[in-house]
Amino acid sequence: MELSKKLEKIRKEKKDLTKQTRILVCSGTGCTSSKSMGVLDALTEEVQRQKLKNVTVSKTGCFGFCAKGPIVVVDPDEIFYEMVKKDDSKDIVEALKTGNVCERLLAKDGETLVKKWHELNFYKKQQRLALRNCGKINPEDIEEYIAIGGYTALEKALKMTPDEIIDELQKSGLRGRGGAGFPTYKKWMFTKQVDSLQKYVCCNADEGDPGAFMDRSILEGDPNSVIEAMIIAAYCIGASKGYIYVRAEYPIAVERLKIAIKQAKELGLLGNNIFGTNFSFDLEIRLGAGAFVCGEETALMNSIEGMRGEPRPRPPFPAVKGLFKSPTLLNNVETYANIPEIINKGGDWYASIGTDSSKGTKVFALGGKIKNVGLVEVPMGTTLRDIVYDIGGGISTGKEFKAAQTGGPSGGCIPKEHLDTKIDYESLSKIGSMMGSGGLIVMDEDTCMVNLAKFFLEFTVSESCGKCVPCRIGTKRMLEILTRITEGKGKLEDIEKLEHLASTIKSASLCGLGQTAPNPVLSTLKYFRDEYIAHIVDKKCPAGECKSLSKIHIDPDKCKSCSICQRNCPVGAIKGEIKKGPFEIDESKCIKCGVCMTKCPFKAISKG
Amino acid sequence: MSENNCVTLTIDDKEVTVKKGSTILDAARKLDIDIPTLCFLKDINEVGACRMCLVEVEGARGYLAACVAPAEDGMIVRTNTPKLLDTKKTVLELILSSHEKKCLTCIRNQNCELQKLAEKFGLEDIEFEGEYPEKCFDDSSSCIVRNTAKCILCKRCVNVCKKVQKVAAISTMNRGFKSKVGVALDMGIKDSTCVGCGQCVINCPVGALSEKSNIKELEEMLSSHKKHIVIQTAPATRATIGEEFGEKIGTLMTGKMVSGLKALGFDKVFDTDIGADVTIMEEATELIDRLSNGGKLPMITSCSSGWITFAEKFYPEILDHLSTTKSPMEILGTIIKTYYAKQMKIKPEDIYSVALMPCSAKKAEIERENLLLENGLKPVDNVVTVREMSRLLKKHNIDLSKLEESNFDSPLGIATGAGHIFGRTGGVMEAALRSAAVMLKEPALSKVEFKPSKENQNIKEAKVMIAGKEINIAVVQTLKAASEIMDEISSGDSKYSFIEVMTCPGGCVNGGGQPIIPESVKAKTDYIKLRSSALNKADEKENLRVSIDNPDVQKLYKDFFGKPNSEKAEKLLHTHYTKQDCYCTKK
Amino acid sequence: MSHCKGCKGESFNEELLEIAKRHENVPEDIIEALHEVQAKYGYISDEAQKCLSKYLKVPMSEIYGIITFYSAFSLKPKGKYNIQVCLGTACYVKGSESILTAFEKELGIKCGDITEDGMFSLEDVRCIGACRFSTSNCSKRRSIW
Repeated sequence: MELSKKLEKIRKEKKDLTKQTRILVCSGTGCTSSKSMGVLDALTEEVQRQKLKNVTVSKTGCFGFCAKGPIVVVDPDEIFYEMVKKDDSKDIVEALKTGNVCERLLAKDGETLVKKWHELNFYKKQQRLALRNCGKINPEDIEEYIAIGGYTALEKALKMTPDEIIDELQKSGLRGRGGAGFPTYKKWMFTKQVDSLQKYVCCNADEGDPGAFMDRSILEGDPNSVIEAMIIAAYCIGASKGYIYVRAEYPIAVERLKIAIKQAKELGLLGNNIFGTNFSFDLEIRLGAGAFVCGEETALMNSIEGMRGEPRPRPPFPAVKGLFKSPTLLNNVETYANIPEIINKGGDWYASIGTDSSKGTKVFALGGKIKNVGLVEVPMGTTLRDIVYDIGGGISTGKEFKAAQTGGPSGGCIPKEHLDTKIDYESLSKIGSMMGSGGLIVMDEDTCMVNLAKFFLEFTVSESCGKCVPCRIGTKRMLEILTRITEGKGKLEDIEKLEHLASTIKSASLCGLGQTAPNPVLSTLKYFRDEYIAHIVDKKCPAGECKSLSKIHIDPDKCKSCSICQRNCPVGAIKGEIKKGPFEIDESKCIKCGVCMTKCPFKAISKG
Repeated sequence: MSENNCVTLTIDDKEVTVKKGSTILDAARKLDIDIPTLCFLKDINEVGACRMCLVEVEGARGYLAACVAPAEDGMIVRTNTPKLLDTKKTVLELILSSHEKKCLTCIRNQNCELQKLAEKFGLEDIEFEGEYPEKCFDDSSSCIVRNTAKCILCKRCVNVCKKVQKVAAISTMNRGFKSKVGVALDMGIKDSTCVGCGQCVINCPVGALSEKSNIKELEEMLSSHKKHIVIQTAPATRATIGEEFGEKIGTLMTGKMVSGLKALGFDKVFDTDIGADVTIMEEATELIDRLSNGGKLPMITSCSSGWITFAEKFYPEILDHLSTTKSPMEILGTIIKTYYAKQMKIKPEDIYSVALMPCSAKKAEIERENLLLENGLKPVDNVVTVREMSRLLKKHNIDLSKLEESNFDSPLGIATGAGHIFGRTGGVMEAALRSAAVMLKEPALSKVEFKPSKENQNIKEAKVMIAGKEINIAVVQTLKAASEIMDEISSGDSKYSFIEVMTCPGGCVNGGGQPIIPESVKAKTDYIKLRSSALNKADEKENLRVSIDNPDVQKLYKDFFGKPNSEKAEKLLHTHYTKQDCYCTKK
Repeated sequence: MSHCKGCKGESFNEELLEIAKRHENVPEDIIEALHEVQAKYGYISDEAQKCLSKYLKVPMSEIYGIITFYSAFSLKPKGKYNIQVCLGTACYVKGSESILTAFEKELGIKCGDITEDGMFSLEDVRCIGACRFSTSNCSKRRSIW
């Protein structure tokens, strides 16, 4: 049967997929690790046991509200249950059977029970484009993707000329979601323009920023949208072979990609003469091997070629000489995920979302000291305040917001005074941070900004490939200076040295990793210079986080010598006997982990 | 105006036109603008890693590495803005901050590319001192010593070893600040695929790689002088040792070198070239024998010691193709401890036999067990490179440039022009053909012209008529080129009958024991050609240019060996080869 | 060819051979093959390196260079229980570093090493994406959040 007829048949058969009664269980990494697959099994069993007809239980992609996982949604009413356990399955099915909801599992905004997930504050300001199918379909079934309109964009694109596709992308204003925000249409155009018998299309799924998991969730929840976009890209630029370079640490994503590719091949969406055209495309997965630098495009290509992931000098750019020395188009997962929608609904539609310079939406991984840890997708131009307070629910510790960090080790921090910044590529870089791939870590007043800068530098130092001098040695020297400062051994001229090194590393490094590595230091120096000075001059860590500058102390007046602290101390640093006077901390053994502070029932232990 | 295949750009306000595909560095060098480089090595190491060649290009995002950035039409390039210079100075300081700065006692003191840059940038202090990378010192090999504390990770050595020699004994290990150039399984270089050629050493910009020096032992021998101390000098040494004494590249120093060595205290100074003449006698006879008696073909020359190790490590299946004739150095060493010892009535064990070589691999050759004489003595006791010998001469206040010329000592003093050209690629082949022409009475053989093969510039080939048969012969330089031919031989489809293989690009004139020329000089001069033409001149000057005509050699055969490939010659002048295993030492 | 020719005793373990032969003469597959070996044995032995070098035709030095570049590959066997401590941002902010230190003290080994009895090995990992539960560490048999 002809491919388009095959797809038509699938769509017909499943045309009311979204209207059916379905119990959807989140099967992203977050919920899976809190045992959502056990919940899935229990629900399946329960549905069978209660002999419910026309009810399906299915896996689905990430809802984003990871803090409340495992999440179960009952469609078509979009009933949202949070923190579901195996034992809850009976109540859920029972409620469904009787046309009720199981109230005790509903989410709350404040004291109000919320039934439907879109009504939750967490979702109200979100707009899910890249994540459009996460939470809607079973990512392991290509037919569900097809049923809700999957692969229509491909069919449409194949009837367009490559230039028309590029025009549509240009109109959409889509920019690379991997970090730097290079206009996507330009990449496609440059690669298309080069004459070559062999070209490649690659997908960068080596999401490496600590705390970022946008791409993972898309691949876990909607792998087909990425594959469809890659096929469109291959047709557009004239490639016949593609690679998805994905982190081996994402086993679920890898598995779902494998399934999706296999199913696409079986249907003929991948392979020879797709949709009866003379266009053929083959797609393979390549596993990353734990090197952050492989997120850099030329390093990624070296890695696919079976070499050390060391970046190559540019020019020549990958569009001219990329993978196996052939012209290569590389986009990241989130960028690809947007493309079928742009083809289907048009570039103008996409460009109506967002700000002047940054169109569409951006997915952020909210983390750190925020209540609603999870994945959020907002239109470009949403303010940080909206994300932190309205969506994120504010600070989890009840303390003051101090700063947010975006862009991971390449980015910078955004202090309180910029909470109302509308988030887009330009505004973030103007205030010394960057969009990055979308990690957004929230910090409260207990976070030491010098230590934070040091943490990111430690990351860069351990992830630097070591090829070029400024990054290999320069970041190490910066880290040494930062370490000195956090240990109270810094000198005032160290700040100048840091700035000098930072400017050299930025301008002299070979690749993006080195060129952006100093950003966390520069931005904390910009907004929190006082903290640096406090460490250097007063030998104090205002946030109380730098261990060398802080002491944990038991107040003898409050201590009831109950020994709870002693029993919880991981290193045996607390001396004392039960009911024989106040306990004491042995400075030489204490690793300042703070466990004793949290365990003390009498609040007798404090840091200072 | 730029033509189709040219681009015109401006560098520091000067306009320059270069071929399309040239780099900014090429263009700058054409203008004689000295952009500093450190990692760059034309065609071999074009990685843009050291960042010393950064330039500012109008309109470009950030600085570009001139060594790899293509020159483009209308580019406006600046190499010396204050900000750029400050950036590069800081980068240089960073390199120095992790480099073991024991310059005064460094083997490369005053011939170090890093030191020269420090001078160029007028460094007064290093602002960013800190932790040094873990030091790894590897002197397991008889040829090469590696000291990572001095390594600046330019990776020239890695890529020379891989791309030129296809040996890939060393590679970059770890990542980031912990990166180092190392050997697989963290073993010593001796246990690796290393063949000791020393191309890594002569391309190292700093003192991270050097030859394994036995100069101390030599000095002690010379000062105690308990033995009869003789030295032989390899063909290529006379064309290069002058460079160490300030002479121009390509200055022939034969006579002065002999004088210098005598002044140093050697009892006799012999010419390895006579060993080369004997090699030819044996090898040409062996070839004719193989050709006429259905022996293993192609026959491959065996004088280049790195090549022999390469064959034993990588191509054990083709070892019977190698000529069994010993190398000229070993032949002369053997003659010294047998024929010469007998003539001089000195006990062989009382002779200390030294060889001045352009080569680091020869240091391992003298340790080969199958080259030991019947009495267990080594034909050569100590191999000294041109660099080591120059240091020793200088220490003893002997300036070769200022010396009168002397002749080599008899009875092994006369060598032919054919022996001299052993020091360059194609020389062994040419010398063999000259003698074959006489032996077979086919004068055409002495005027064969070689043409580069289509596939590889490092393989030159010709067709010759020998004994009524047309055969294909080839001259090969570099082990990578050799491996291409060996792959053919292994699979049984080589068209050649006789092949000369030289380990190093250009042959011994560019050996691993030769004076080190900085990359900036190599870029401007064809030093291999200059050194080779010095040898060609020496050849042309000689009345005797065919080994077979050498009266000393004739006498040697008459008095001692009988005739080439005689039983005695077989015993003393021939050897055999055995497979060598790599990475097999227990950790 | 600058790969290992197998040296003495050219025999390799059957399972290794199977992996190597699947990628025979395809040097660019080396990382894929290393993944397979790592998954099967938990580390990449000298023998495995020689075997892959011989069949994929990749020099030994380069294989070693690749293994030591990528943190997914290990040269040392892992313990019966491999303890991984996440040092991702979210976990770090919540003090995972001190957890690692505590493990080091308790086990008497450094991060990256294995205890003498082969029971425990300890390593730090990049963000494993379970930030919600931070701080995270997991051992072979179970995850401890």
